[in-house]
Order: sequence, then C-alpha cells, then structure tokens
Amino acid sequence: MTPSQESQGFRLPKLTYRVWKVWRRNFDVFMKTFKVSFFPPLLEPIFYLAALGAGLGALITQQIEGQSYIQFIAPALVSITIMYSSFFECTYGSFVRMYYQRTFDAIIATPISVEEVIGGEILWGATRSLIGGTIVLGVVAAFGLVSTHLITSPLFVLVLPVAFFSGLMFSAIGICFTALAPNIDFFNYPQYLLITPMFLLSSTFFPLTLLPKPLQIFAQAVLPLTHTVNLVRWSLFGHGELSYVLSLVWIAAVTPVFFVLAINLMKKRLIR
Amino acid sequence: MPEVLIRAESLTKKYDDLLAVDGIDFEVFKGECCGFLGPNGAGKTTTIKMIHCVLPLTSGSLAVAGMSVSESPREIKKMIGVAPQEENLDPDFTVITNLLVYARYFDIPKSEAQKRAENLLKFSQLEEKRNVVIDQLSTGMKRRLILARALINEPQVLLLDEPTTGLDPQARHLIWDKVRGLKKQGVTIILTTHYMEEAAELCDRTLIMDGGKIIEEGTPANLVSKHAGEEVLEVDYDEKVVNMLKEKFPDARLEVVGDRVHVFTDQPHGVFTSFLESFPTKSATVRGANLEDVFLKLTGRKLRE
Repeated sequence: MTPSQESQGFRLPKLTYRVWKVWRRNFDVFMKTFKVSFFPPLLEPIFYLAALGAGLGALITQQIEGQSYIQFIAPALVSITIMYSSFFECTYGSFVRMYYQRTFDAIIATPISVEEVIGGEILWGATRSLIGGTIVLGVVAAFGLVSTHLITSPLFVLVLPVAFFSGLMFSAIGICFTALAPNIDFFNYPQYLLITPMFLLSSTFFPLTLLPKPLQIFAQAVLPLTHTVNLVRWSLFGHGELSYVLSLVWIAAVTPVFFVLAINLMKKRLIR
Repeated sequence: MPEVLIRAESLTKKYDDLLAVDGIDFEVFKGECCGFLGPNGAGKTTTIKMIHCVLPLTSGSLAVAGMSVSESPREIKKMIGVAPQEENLDPDFTVITNLLVYARYFDIPKSEAQKRAENLLKFSQLEEKRNVVIDQLSTGMKRRLILARALINEPQVLLLDEPTTGLDPQARHLIWDKVRGLKKQGVTIILTTHYMEEAAELCDRTLIMDGGKIIEEGTPANLVSKHAGEEVLEVDYDEKVVNMLKEKFPDARLEVVGDRVHVFTDQPHGVFTSFLESFPTKSATVRGANLEDVFLKLTGRKLRE
C-alpha cells in the first residue's frame, strides 16, 4: 500500500501553520465587506431584545429562577448568534467556496493540503462566532445599562472563549453537512431539522424544566446549543440551569469528534 | 541524454468502475514542452492532476524530480505551477490581490510577492486591470491571469490544462507567445489540448491518449509523416473518381468522410497536383497533412461525450 492510498483512509488530520493561510484568506474577504458583515448582525439582537424582552417580557411577570424574562433570554441571544455565525459560514459559505468558486481546488494546487484547507475553514467559522458573540455581548451590555442588568458577573468576558470553542463545534458540524451536501438546497435539512429546534428548545426562550421529561433529556444529551447557552448564562450571571462542568465536558468531548469527522468526510468528497 | 524530470510507470487511476488512466508509462524531459493530446475522457486531466499531487494514484508510480507524488506532495507542489482547465480565480478579490493571496499560500514573503505580482501583471498585460474584480474580466483576461497566477512561485514545471479553450484567435496567440517565452527561459511545460494546431505550434513532443492509454508518441512532424504522409487530397465522393484514385495511387489510404473522400499519401509533394492536371475534378483541394489527420486516424471520428 502506497502512502497516498493510506492517506485516503480515515485518520487524524495532520495540520501545520498553513491552516492560518486559509483562515487569513477568509478574514481578508470579511474585512473587505466589513460594513455589510458587521453592522446588520448588530441590529438583530436589538430587535430581539426589544420585541421579546421589552414586549413579550412585559406580559411575563413570573420570575425565572429569580430573573426577569429579558435577563433569561439575553444569554440565549448571544448563544444563537454564536451558533448561526459559524454554522452558516461553514455550510452555505464553505459550500459556495468549494462548489461554485472552486476556491478549495485552487488552494490545494499549492503546498497547502486538503486537511489544512478544511482546518482553516473551521477555524474561520469559530472566528465568526467569536466576532458575532462579541457584537451581541456588546449590545446586551449596552441594553443592560438602560434597563435591567443583563450582566451581573465580573467573569462575563468568559463569553469570548465560550463563543470561540462553541464556534469550533458548530463549524465542524456544519462542515460535515457540507461534505455530504449534493447541492446547496440540501442545507434546508439541517437548518429546519437541527438549527430551528435548537433555537427554540435549548433553554433559550423558556427553561428546560418546562419541557416534557424525554425532551428535556434530549435537549441536554443531543442539542449542542443547550450547552453553549448554559455556559454563556454562567458567564453573565454566575449561575445556570445545568452544571457548567457538564457543559464544558460535553463540548470538549463532542468538538474533536466532529472536527476529525468533518476533515475526513471532506477529504473523501474532494479527493477521489 | 536529456534529464528526466517526470517519470510515470504503470500509472493507473480508477474511479469506482471507470478506468480513467490505464497503466501508462511516460517520461517528460527537463526543458521540453510535452503535449498530451486526446479526445474528451482520454485521461489527460486525470494524469495532470496526479502529477500535481491532488489525485492519489490507484497503482503504479509517478515521480517528479525524483520525488514520489505520494510521499512528497508539498515539495513537488512548491516547484509546480498549475493553470487548470476550469477557471478557479478567487472572485472575492481583485486581479492583483488574487496574485498576492496565492503567493501567500506558497509562503512567499510579502515584499517579494509584491515584486513578482507587478512583473506578472506586466507579463500578462493586465496592468490596467489590477484593481478590477474577477467578474469583470473577459475570458481571455481570466486565462492570462490564471497563467500569471501559475507563475507566482517561479515554477520549474508548468502544467497547462487546455489553456486556450474558448478563446478568440487574438487571445490564443497571446497565450502561445507567453508559453514560447517561458519555454525559452527553460521552464518544463506539460500541455493538454485538443487543438492540434496548438500542439503543433508549441510542443516538442506529443503523447496521444485515448481510453486511458497512450497510443502514440513522437514529435508533431514525425507523427504527421508517419501516419498522414505528406499531402492530402480531398474530393467529393464519386465512384468513378474513387476507382481512378485507387488505380493511380495503390499505396494511398482512402478515407470516406461524409460525402468527401480524403486520400493520404507518403509520396512527395506534387503528386496530387499533377494528377489533377490530367483529370481535372471540380471540388478537389490539395493540402499539407497535419496533426489533426493523425489524431483522427488514431482516435477515430466517433463523437466523445
């Protein structure tokens, strides 16, 4: 068996500093379109906070574990942005680069390997989560100044590493779908069957305890967003619905699995 | 003896059920321009992709500058420039940024990259388009930029996969000029094409592929005289004329193409002219044999899709 045949099989990816060159390419494009990629995402959480927090929240007088409704959903808004930023970057964004623009083909004709291209895409997706999470955190903080306190813990900056590492996880999951997508419409499946249920059920707009028991278990065991929301909530307020250790372990266990799977599935798709 | 730069032995590539490259052996010598000719699906692009290490081999061996493509892909990719058949310039960037970003993939320091990019813009006559996005370039400009991008790492080997497909004659001749210039500088060039004129114009040596195999190889001139002879007489099909031709040129090869008859001969120039003087036939033309005659003889006239 020649080494090239071996490398076609499933293996741990071999990555070098070259992943950053792929990251840098995406970063350069992002900076070029800074105005469109920066400001619109700023507006979305403001609308949510206004509509759900001030509007719907006014109807909800009951406290949730000692918090007002707007305090309860603030971490969810940060987390949803973290999820969207990386997941959409590594599905629609990566698919366009791979399939329509043939950018990956151009890059692998240079000393950069396929594994490094995908590694770079995932790192970039995580960076998008970090950027998105930071923007929404800023909005939440600003909103908090004029209404209820939306941040009470001095450890709130921990949202940033949570954003990055959750971003790695969502990016890796996204790339797995990209590797399997026959066409761009395929992403309707993960969007409506995975992202939307997470958006609604992951301790986002109401506590997990209100779900029927089986769904509660499902949300904790299977839905990654539950753990991102939990960690962001811990960062902002110093408490959450679940143990932060559980969520840290969950993300730390799931991310490398999807990372390795994503790179191998992509290699299988791109190198035949 | 010229130095061998690329050597393939029993090189094979199989996709699921399709045998794309079927155990071919070939050598490419340093400094030559070697053409891979063949109809669609002959295995040309697959071979090119194996040379620049993006397609793994199924079996056999392939070495570039003595290094195996399966063991040293990075080292090989560093010394190769690739102009692929499909346009894959980065549409998110301008012309100059395409070159600079590509230079970064090769670890070329920024100031050096800037210098090379300027020279390549001049070389590809795209200086005025430096800040234009890719969408706004014509097909010819895109091809030139792809060629320029393939040169950013100052490659020793340049792979050109159908470099002029879809170009107008002006754009094609400009590319040919550039390729000749690069050959003079000592760059080893591998070119695939199905334009025989292009192969005759640029290649020192051609390999003709069909069905994943190399079916013939030689200099364009040798291939023409070996397979198509000197001259070709083309005349409208007519039983009487055909019989007369058969009688007059017993050694010639006659081929019926549609309603025309092509007659190939090894005999020196002028035999057809003197024949036509004694039997004036309307619709007859005499022309020099060319590589296209060889190609069609060897690969047949069946359409490939």
